[in-house]
Amino acid sequence: MSDQLMALDGAQGPKPKKRFSRRNIFIYGTLIVVSLYYLLPLYVMIVTSLKGMPEVRMGNIFSPPVEITFEPWVKAWAHACTGLNCDGLSRGFWNSVRITVPSVIASIAIASVNGYALANWRFKGANLFFTILIFGAFIPYQVMIYPMVIILREMGLYTKLGGLILVHTVFGMPILTLLFRNYFSSMPEELFKAARVDGAGFWRIYFKIMLPMSLPIFVVAIILQVTGIWNDFLFGVIFSKPETYPMTVQLNNIVNSVQGVKEYNVNMAATVLTGIVPLVIYFISGKLFVRGIAAGAVKG
Amino acid sequence: MAQTERPNQLFRNLSAKIAAIPMIITAVVVFFGCTVWTIVYSFTKSKLLPKKIFETTDLFSIPVPEWIASDGALDIWMITGIVEKSFVGLAQYERLWSTSRWIVSIENLAIYGVCSLVFSLVIGFVLAALLDQKIRFENTFRSILLYPFALSFIVTGLVWQWLLNPEYGVQKIVRDLGFESFTFDPLYNPDIVIYGILIAGLWQGTGLIMCLMLAGLRGIDEDIWKASRVDGIPMWKTYIFVVIPMMRPVFVTTLVLIASGIVKLYDLVIAQTSGGPGIASEVPAKYVMDRMFLAQNLGQGLAASTMMLVLVLAIVIPWAYLEFGGKNKNV
Repeated sequence: MSDQLMALDGAQGPKPKKRFSRRNIFIYGTLIVVSLYYLLPLYVMIVTSLKGMPEVRMGNIFSPPVEITFEPWVKAWAHACTGLNCDGLSRGFWNSVRITVPSVIASIAIASVNGYALANWRFKGANLFFTILIFGAFIPYQVMIYPMVIILREMGLYTKLGGLILVHTVFGMPILTLLFRNYFSSMPEELFKAARVDGAGFWRIYFKIMLPMSLPIFVVAIILQVTGIWNDFLFGVIFSKPETYPMTVQLNNIVNSVQGVKEYNVNMAATVLTGIVPLVIYFISGKLFVRGIAAGAVKG
Repeated sequence: MAQTERPNQLFRNLSAKIAAIPMIITAVVVFFGCTVWTIVYSFTKSKLLPKKIFETTDLFSIPVPEWIASDGALDIWMITGIVEKSFVGLAQYERLWSTSRWIVSIENLAIYGVCSLVFSLVIGFVLAALLDQKIRFENTFRSILLYPFALSFIVTGLVWQWLLNPEYGVQKIVRDLGFESFTFDPLYNPDIVIYGILIAGLWQGTGLIMCLMLAGLRGIDEDIWKASRVDGIPMWKTYIFVVIPMMRPVFVTTLVLIASGIVKLYDLVIAQTSGGPGIASEVPAKYVMDRMFLAQNLGQGLAASTMMLVLVLAIVIPWAYLEFGGKNKNV
């Protein structure tokens, strides 16, 4: 009965939306145009890297390659020159791997324990140090770099791999500690208390309870650190030497070198190669990356 | 009884204290100690010896620190270290502010800073508002707009150097279309070079601002929208007069983040122009690096970096004061 009445009332529910309303055309149109603008550099980079040098000189940068060649890639990877070395970006790539992997592990290990101590094992003065640390995140690196050079020199680590790892660990600490502290603080305290009552100590609670329960935040931290350290240029320039230059520094030296003829296709291939690692991480990690940068934005 | 407990005070919570040692050392030695060291030595006329002459061939395109290319040079002068520690008061600062290179750096930073703040906030907010319209493919659009942020400044700078290359890039394309006199060569024109860098900087960073804004928009109560729809207020008015004022904290935080990032602008300039043409695109961070490591004029570098610190503090302290109600005054 009531169903019939309803039917007589006419159309129910919200007014159906027209798919091609002016509003939708405006929204999607704008977003598509902006997206194309954002994708353009990536497209140009890849297209240029697949062309031969004559084609680069003749054609325009937006046209797709007539003849696809992978020679620029091979050259960028294995033969491009920086100064006296002509073994391409491969050296920089492996240097970056050697720098990134230990730095990520060291910084996350230290920062997670710090965050855990700050969240669950407050001691007097802890907050003061934490505040200094957070303020430190805003201090321009240039202010602290020279004394850091002196400290590392005194420790015998200057231009050594260990020194660079130490620098990355130190300067990654503020944001990572904040990340872990906030995460551990948001975990139910009863859990911690129950473990305490059962007689578990500092390390035992950390390894048996906290660590297994906080894998997502570790993934976020890893994403944050891998992209951050891989993309670093400043520390790479200052705290390493030509043999141990990370990929970004070597890339810049290859592309901006004044010697010889500029090979734009090789340069672009080298640029793509350097960008691949963070891009792959970005597209695989998706939402976690967003979470990481939302927290890591402080790093600037 | 009380007396026997006293000594334990220091050892209470011992594991936590041990675990926090790296943090304490970092906070005290690096963030506090190094900063103080830099400030103190900025009042001296420190120089480094032996002074090594660097062949700066073509200012526009020197690769970064050729210093090291001449094998091991760095180690030599680093080990020799600082000479002349005599205090000269504010002399370094006076010299700094009468150096045209530094003045240009500050001007560039001001232009870049203001433009980058305004554009990235406006563009970021508009994009976030568009994405917030319950559209399809939101994730795809967001991924596309954010991906440049995953790339380093070096990669960003080099791509845009290529795109803005007058012989091959945008200028040539437009000329080929028939506009023979079209000129768009920001990286080779001293008057507008900083805008060329701005284009690249915005491309890289706007996605992040958009994401922060989007998170802010999602935090707005749905009822606000319903209420304004009932009252028949047009959407753009709701945004400007209701939503944006409500998002004030998000804006302030974003502003501080962008601003403190801008002061650090360095990699992008190195990759795109190396400070050229001439000194037209110098920025403070680069000035510091060049004084410290290339010109070996440590005192100047330290004074310049102290000025950078002052700049950042001028941004951060008022913000921290507002945000945390003066809790951080002790720092």
